Amino acid sequence: MLELAGVSVAYDGFTAVDAVDLQVADGEIVCILGPSGSGKSSLLRAIAGLEADTAGTVSWDGDDLTRTPAHQRGFGLMFQDHALFPHRDVQGNVAFGLRMQRLGKDEIAKRTRDALTLVGLDGFEHRRIRELSGGEQQRVALARALAATPRLLMLDEPLGALDRALRERLVTELRSLFVRLGLTTLFVTHDHDEAFALADQLVVMHAGRVEQSGPPTEVWRRPANPFVARFLGWNVTRAFSGTVAAVRPESIRVVDTSSIVGEVTARIFRRDHFRLDVRVDALAAPEDALQVEVPLDAPRLPDLGDRIGLAVDRAALVTFD
Amino acid sequence: MRRLVVALSVALLVAMTAFVAGPASAAPSTTITLVTHDSFAVSKPVLAAFTKQTGIKVKILQSGDAGAALNQVILTKSNPIGDVFFGVDNTFLSRAVDAGVFEKYKPTALDQVPDEYRLDSTHQLTPVDHGDVCINYDKKWFAKEGIAVPKTLDDLTKPPYKGLLVVENPATSSPGLAFQLATIARFGENGWRDYWSKLRGNDVKVDDGWESAYDGDFSQGANQGNYPLVVSYASSPPAAVYYSKPQPKTSPIGTMLDSCFRQVEFAGVLKGTEHQAAARKFVDFMLSEQFQADVPLQMFVFPVRDGTPLPAVFSKFAEVAKSPLSLPPADIDAHRDAWIEQWTDTVLR
Amino acid sequence: MPRWVRVALTAVPVAFLVVFFVYPVVAIVGRGLAPDWALDLDPVGRVFTDASLRHIVWFTVWQATLSTVLTLAIGLPGAYVLSRYEFRGRKLVRALVTVPFVLPTVVVGSAFVAVLGDGGPLAGLGLDQTLGAILIAHMFFNYAVVVRTVGGLWSHLDPRAEEAARMLGASKARAFREVTLPALRPAIATAAAVVFLFTFTSFGVILVLGGPRISTLETEIYRQTAQLLNLPLAAALTMVQLVAIVVLLWFTGWIEGRQRVALSLRAATETARRPRTYGARLLLTANLGAMALLIGVPIAVLIERSFDTPSGYGLDFYRALGEIHAGSTLFVEPVDAVANSLRFAAAATVIAVVVGGCAAVALASSRRRGLDAVIALPLGVSAVTVGFGFLISLDHPPVDLRSSWWLVPIAQALVAIPFVVRLMTPVLRAIDPRLREAAATLGASPLRVWREVDLPIVARAVLVAAGFAFAISLGEFGATVFLVRPDTPTLPVLVFRLLGQPGPLNFGAAMAASVILMALTALAMLGIERFRAGTMGTF
Repeated sequence: MLELAGVSVAYDGFTAVDAVDLQVADGEIVCILGPSGSGKSSLLRAIAGLEADTAGTVSWDGDDLTRTPAHQRGFGLMFQDHALFPHRDVQGNVAFGLRMQRLGKDEIAKRTRDALTLVGLDGFEHRRIRELSGGEQQRVALARALAATPRLLMLDEPLGALDRALRERLVTELRSLFVRLGLTTLFVTHDHDEAFALADQLVVMHAGRVEQSGPPTEVWRRPANPFVARFLGWNVTRAFSGTVAAVRPESIRVVDTSSIVGEVTARIFRRDHFRLDVRVDALAAPEDALQVEVPLDAPRLPDLGDRIGLAVDRAALVTFD
Repeated sequence: MRRLVVALSVALLVAMTAFVAGPASAAPSTTITLVTHDSFAVSKPVLAAFTKQTGIKVKILQSGDAGAALNQVILTKSNPIGDVFFGVDNTFLSRAVDAGVFEKYKPTALDQVPDEYRLDSTHQLTPVDHGDVCINYDKKWFAKEGIAVPKTLDDLTKPPYKGLLVVENPATSSPGLAFQLATIARFGENGWRDYWSKLRGNDVKVDDGWESAYDGDFSQGANQGNYPLVVSYASSPPAAVYYSKPQPKTSPIGTMLDSCFRQVEFAGVLKGTEHQAAARKFVDFMLSEQFQADVPLQMFVFPVRDGTPLPAVFSKFAEVAKSPLSLPPADIDAHRDAWIEQWTDTVLR
Repeated sequence: MPRWVRVALTAVPVAFLVVFFVYPVVAIVGRGLAPDWALDLDPVGRVFTDASLRHIVWFTVWQATLSTVLTLAIGLPGAYVLSRYEFRGRKLVRALVTVPFVLPTVVVGSAFVAVLGDGGPLAGLGLDQTLGAILIAHMFFNYAVVVRTVGGLWSHLDPRAEEAARMLGASKARAFREVTLPALRPAIATAAAVVFLFTFTSFGVILVLGGPRISTLETEIYRQTAQLLNLPLAAALTMVQLVAIVVLLWFTGWIEGRQRVALSLRAATETARRPRTYGARLLLTANLGAMALLIGVPIAVLIERSFDTPSGYGLDFYRALGEIHAGSTLFVEPVDAVANSLRFAAAATVIAVVVGGCAAVALASSRRRGLDAVIALPLGVSAVTVGFGFLISLDHPPVDLRSSWWLVPIAQALVAIPFVVRLMTPVLRAIDPRLREAAATLGASPLRVWREVDLPIVARAVLVAAGFAFAISLGEFGATVFLVRPDTPTLPVLVFRLLGQPGPLNFGAAMAASVILMALTALAMLGIERFRAGTMGTF
């Protein structure tokens, strides 16, 4: 079990990570989700031992690892752009960690083969790195990290460099792989789909701090503050009474009559629905447009400039103090 | 963009000055260039007298030591750097004559010069002065250190004189070569290399030229160096007296007579010069009574012209070896280059 | 561009090289193998049979090898520190580190004589005229080559590859060995080859610092020519050296052309970090200190001694340069040497830029590498060879330049041309054709396109190349010392002569002249830096 207590990372006076507490149980898959600059990559690197000025404690099963150098922590890290060794072939890359562990040649060959099988790259041992496609390089990087049997596997934006179709496929594969292996996993991303699909536990970060953590369903249903809500794509507005409220676009319906009326300022086709930007009259800041989803098979499809009525599903409304 | 244009224009202007200025302007026609070595000297009044008599101005181009200066002349044979060359001595004579850089010319005053100095029968070179190359020692230094002054060449290889001797490189220096020839004359073809090995073992210092050795390293030289023994001339003792004020009764410098080698120095008209007549006049002038009388106190060598009066300082303080070492010119001609290579091998490599 | 234009542009540099390089080299070979028109392999044979000549060849290789190893040893940490650490004054340090490389060799020699010779602060080390002095001077000279060649690549390497290795269990040192070193190998090999080449053909430094006992191929060629007039042997030595250098150049080209592993390169600004651990700070300080010592001290001492007259600090030595004093062995007022140097350098620059420019334009529009290698050859062959070749070949028909003032500038241009080509070609190649297309679609005629797109870029490149050529010609010594006539000396030749004369006045004047030469060179280089964008690139 990984435990972080008060971990902070600062460069040149800039605080990238600000007193973060975190726990990752054995076998759990935790995702750190946040926009660019939120400090999530710095946090990952601090856990890996790659950041020199780390305050606070990083411990594994009670052992304080804060002073332990990176190569002795037994954590695996898969980098965003793979960081494969260009001068070695696939086998040379995957076997690297095993060589550092000074295993016998036969053992290394066997474990390398197993790792490649695990990621679906049987027989790729002698291919050169530059001959591989993006997806294949991804898998080699994963195999390399897995082959060394780390006690914690960390991934930095694992699917960021791939196109959408590949991403969809890999997300499923990765989750079943990690669950099957019982691997304690910690990964970092800015992509919601990835985060919600892969994680057992979500940690939302912003400006070096943890804004909310919990199971994905919980975070999705009840964002803890306006930042998280906005980040997840909710409409966040200052309501009539002055309180801040948030509601998901799919929880607003277009109706014929309503006390909430507004003008359609933009309309985008989203394959299975339309998304409208509606400028509501009575909102405290009328420039804020609410985003509303209208299903394809709706009886009425508003046009630009139309005035429409909106109804909000009260149960889906979240207010913040 | 403007800065670029300005910079380009400046660059172009600078480049154009190269074309406009071009080679340095040519000298006026009534000036001849005397190419010589670093030790050449002539008193201003004497040189002025030449100009007054003939209307010819003289520019002096000093080009290193005798060997280096001669090589320069030979390398630029097809386009000579001067009109007259002074400084070939009997050790380099054959190299100069073989290179064919000089024109035949026999000055009338040559009749006033004794036969022993007229070593060039082809008349390309005219003798001007002579002197003995000997080892000089600093009397004061030896007296102070309580060490006996070395008397023979063999002495120089012995422990008391370790690190005390500075010589010149025979490849570039005329006295240097003369001293090497002296050792060949003394120890013979089979013995001289051994001698030099011993000298090397005794920490002999090698300089490129006489200037560096005498003025730079000799303890009685201008810079009061660290070496009390130097290869120089028999005329160095009177020179030292001449330059001391007040004049001492004895010279602070002594001469090791056992080491002396006779040297004669020549001058010649360079082939291909534009000012042949003027050059010849200057060669004539070098054998004139005026110039010959000036030679002792300027270059500290002896005049070749019979009957030239010697200054008192010379008669009193110059120690001349009665039978200096010498080698037949034919031998020198045949072996000099090989000897220099062998010397370099033994002493420098 | 039209084919005939390209042919004409290629013809200019080729013709120049044939007349002023191939012909003299052939003359050298002829002199060495067949003096007096009779084939006589004796001089060449001597080089291999004569023990002392063999020793010279061996010593040349030995000192070059030692110099290369030592320079790499102190240069690699320096490269690391300057390319991976971000600290205040970093740009300035990088610029200063390059200064020694462009200094004239004679200036370098006199700076070290000032430090290690009589009266210098480190005279007590007894290094004057020893191999040690030469090695240190070579390190001084070539530090920049290692720092910029290796450092240039290092700053673009992705640090994550090393971090990945560390995450897989490799200690920092192991990760460096397994990941970074293999990636750096091509750059290190290139740097080593270049340093070896420069130290193998080192002339001015060895002549000034070595004294009569130390002799390499270059200085021996000079000695055989200028002192012993043994031209056949000098030619034989030159041929041996030519062969060695051609082999070396081929080897360097082979290394550079080798299929480079496709590295994931990142922008240099991304990889530089402030040193944060104690170890990192120590490394940085140690290297900065080493740089200050190696590079700063000799220059500082040189400047100091030029002002340190017997009657206190003053301008006496500089004043002495403006007059001929009695007893001086100098034919001309030393200040004339300055004028001569500037004139020769200006002429050489014009030639180099014209010839090199034609070559660069021809190269930029074609992909063939042959011309590039051929143009680089004079650089490797050594200035002494060039000077000596001119001396024995260009003084009679068919090319008779014996009475021409242009002999020296042409020789200097020959040395400068490879630099001009290497500086201009990449710039010309990099002009994006889409810029021209964009200009055309906006209504510009072809001539206008050339004026608005090509010219500003080309002009900049020309200025930079011209500045470089000027600096090189100013400081050129190896060829000039063979060709210059005693009545028109250049500054480097003047410094050399003054150093050969005894006495503090001559020595001080040599220091003063060196400082002037250094200042002129620095001015030229500063002019370049203002117009040049980005990193210096390879040499």
